[in-house]
Amino acid sequence: MSQDLLSPGRLTDTRRLSVFLASAAGLLVLPLLMQMLGVGEAWIRILDVALLYILLALGLNIVVGFAGLLDLGYIAFYAVGAYLFALLASPHLAANFPAIAAAFPDGLHTPVWLVIPLGAGLAAMMGVLLGAPTLKLRGDYLAIVTLGFGEIIRVFLNNLDAPVNVTNGPMGITQIEPIRLFGVSLGEPWHIGGFTLPSVTLYYYFFLAVVVVAVVVSQRLQDSRLGRAWMAVREDEIAAKAMGLNTRNIKLLAFGLGATFGGVSGVLFASFQGFVSPESFSLHESIMVVAMVVLGGLGHIPGVILGAFLLAALPEVLRHVAGPLQAMTDGRLDAAILRQLLVASAMVLIMLWRPTGLWPAPASRKQVPPTAQTTGAGS
Amino acid sequence: MDVFIQQLINGLVLGSMYALLALGYTMVYGIINLINFAHGEVLMVGALVSWTVVTALGDTGWPGWLLLSLSLLAAMAVCMALSVVIERLAYRPLRNAPRLAPLITAMGISLLLQTLAMIIWKPDYKPYPILLNDEPYEVMGATINMVQILIIGVTAMTLAGLMLLINGTRLGRAMRATAENPRVAQLMGVRPDLVIAATFAIGAALAALAGVMWAANYGSVQHTMGFLPGLKAFTAAVFGGIGNLPGAMLGGVLLGLIEAMGAGYIGDLTGGVLGSHYQDIFAFAVLILILTLRPQGLLGERVADRA
Repeated sequence: MSQDLLSPGRLTDTRRLSVFLASAAGLLVLPLLMQMLGVGEAWIRILDVALLYILLALGLNIVVGFAGLLDLGYIAFYAVGAYLFALLASPHLAANFPAIAAAFPDGLHTPVWLVIPLGAGLAAMMGVLLGAPTLKLRGDYLAIVTLGFGEIIRVFLNNLDAPVNVTNGPMGITQIEPIRLFGVSLGEPWHIGGFTLPSVTLYYYFFLAVVVVAVVVSQRLQDSRLGRAWMAVREDEIAAKAMGLNTRNIKLLAFGLGATFGGVSGVLFASFQGFVSPESFSLHESIMVVAMVVLGGLGHIPGVILGAFLLAALPEVLRHVAGPLQAMTDGRLDAAILRQLLVASAMVLIMLWRPTGLWPAPASRKQVPPTAQTTGAGS
Repeated sequence: MDVFIQQLINGLVLGSMYALLALGYTMVYGIINLINFAHGEVLMVGALVSWTVVTALGDTGWPGWLLLSLSLLAAMAVCMALSVVIERLAYRPLRNAPRLAPLITAMGISLLLQTLAMIIWKPDYKPYPILLNDEPYEVMGATINMVQILIIGVTAMTLAGLMLLINGTRLGRAMRATAENPRVAQLMGVRPDLVIAATFAIGAALAALAGVMWAANYGSVQHTMGFLPGLKAFTAAVFGGIGNLPGAMLGGVLLGLIEAMGAGYIGDLTGGVLGSHYQDIFAFAVLILILTLRPQGLLGERVADRA
């Protein structure tokens, strides 16, 4: 009997492996291919941005998808990570605080290996702080409170240029250093052999590596004891409590771990972009990330990646074809407007057409898999 | 003292508009448990329609009050129609969908309305003409103008009218019954679809009124103007206890007062460290405080988490 049960599983395993290898190879050569076809760095840049959004969406998926806590202020963690790197690796602090300038005569050049854990940790702390007062709230209320937190952070970023200039207000912080890995700066083209990899491609590989780590972490979390606890809380909090789960800690962990992804993504964003300003962390962005998670398929990692990719990349692609349209409509339909229009209609139409998202978790996942049951009975 | 009186007046004016908008949130939430995220955008559409009418009729030389009333009627008509259409097309099909779906749709509608408004009306700030006598009156060392007096007066009358409608008419009774239990209401001969459409229409009319007030008071209109008022009005609705009509009114007025007082005094209180540009924080700080200390809101009843 076990033979019958296992053989189809083995088949899918091999198929899975081949799909995995094919997509891995594809993802690795994609920018090189684009470079050789000469489509321009702008397109690789779109991929980079999409990878950052995928990272954000994976993080939010932990909070919204796994634990069922609708967080509309998620972009605040992104902002925390971005501003942390901006402060620690730009001339801004040294220029405004003589003490820091004196302590670091060469300027602040904190390596990214230090900033990523710092950003992740700080974001996690913020996540727990934010989560703590909202534990008792039900879905919609939670959404609005987190939204409020996100806005508060943005207001502070906008106004903390006085009395002491920490964030440089609406102007933002400029001259952020590119990431340096093992002596290679991702900010300038890298010559290896006779081949030159442009900066965007280097970033692509680094972001891809981080996203892969994030996917693995997400997957492992989902299948862990904690992941099951999150899903129990999501499905029925009272029942979960009755089963002896400490729902308070479980929810706080969801907030904290979810925020970590946002923080890391923010660090990467700051160095990639070279400057940060409060404008990048508006509510629109939060809503965008929520839309990615929900459109793709709440709680389903491949779906979330698909959603993030579609919403991040498609409108950017659109931007490049919007020129003629803009001329046709007398300048009213420029690329940014078109992008908004597309995102907005996608949110409405996809929800109406498939309320569970484009690629939802298969229904069987919710049930206990039969193999687990048999082993449980045997032991 | 005059700072206090002045901020009291400002707070009442602001609070009146929040209250009108908050009613729309609370009525819809009370009946179909949906945060109608696009409600702030209805205010924006109302203000922009009113601006269009006023500027189009500006050459006729008609008196200001007539222009204002005409534009208000137009704004109300457009907003009511818009809101009913949105409910029909975007919210009704999702009434039994997973909880998050209608909320995401509402966010999408909000973004869609903003974008469409940007395409129709262009993205620039448009000055709203001064239609009423804007000479300020002196009240105990503070000033108030005609528009502000009208806002407070009209809001008070509208709120009274709404209470009459809800408590004294057939439609009001049907609305309360549907909010209580839609299925039983249906058994009693109430048509929930009609009642829900009526709720959206009433909420939209109030939002349009608030939009025209907003435009006349602040003198400029733009496609993003609905977002912050909408968010704060929702805060006001939660503050007062969502689903509770007097609560929304009270929450709106209180929130307006808190914001105005906060903006007026924060500079002095913090020794100039925090300025009045932190005004927007108060609404959210209030929201977070109230939800942690009294999640059901000021006038709300405590409901069990799940039966």
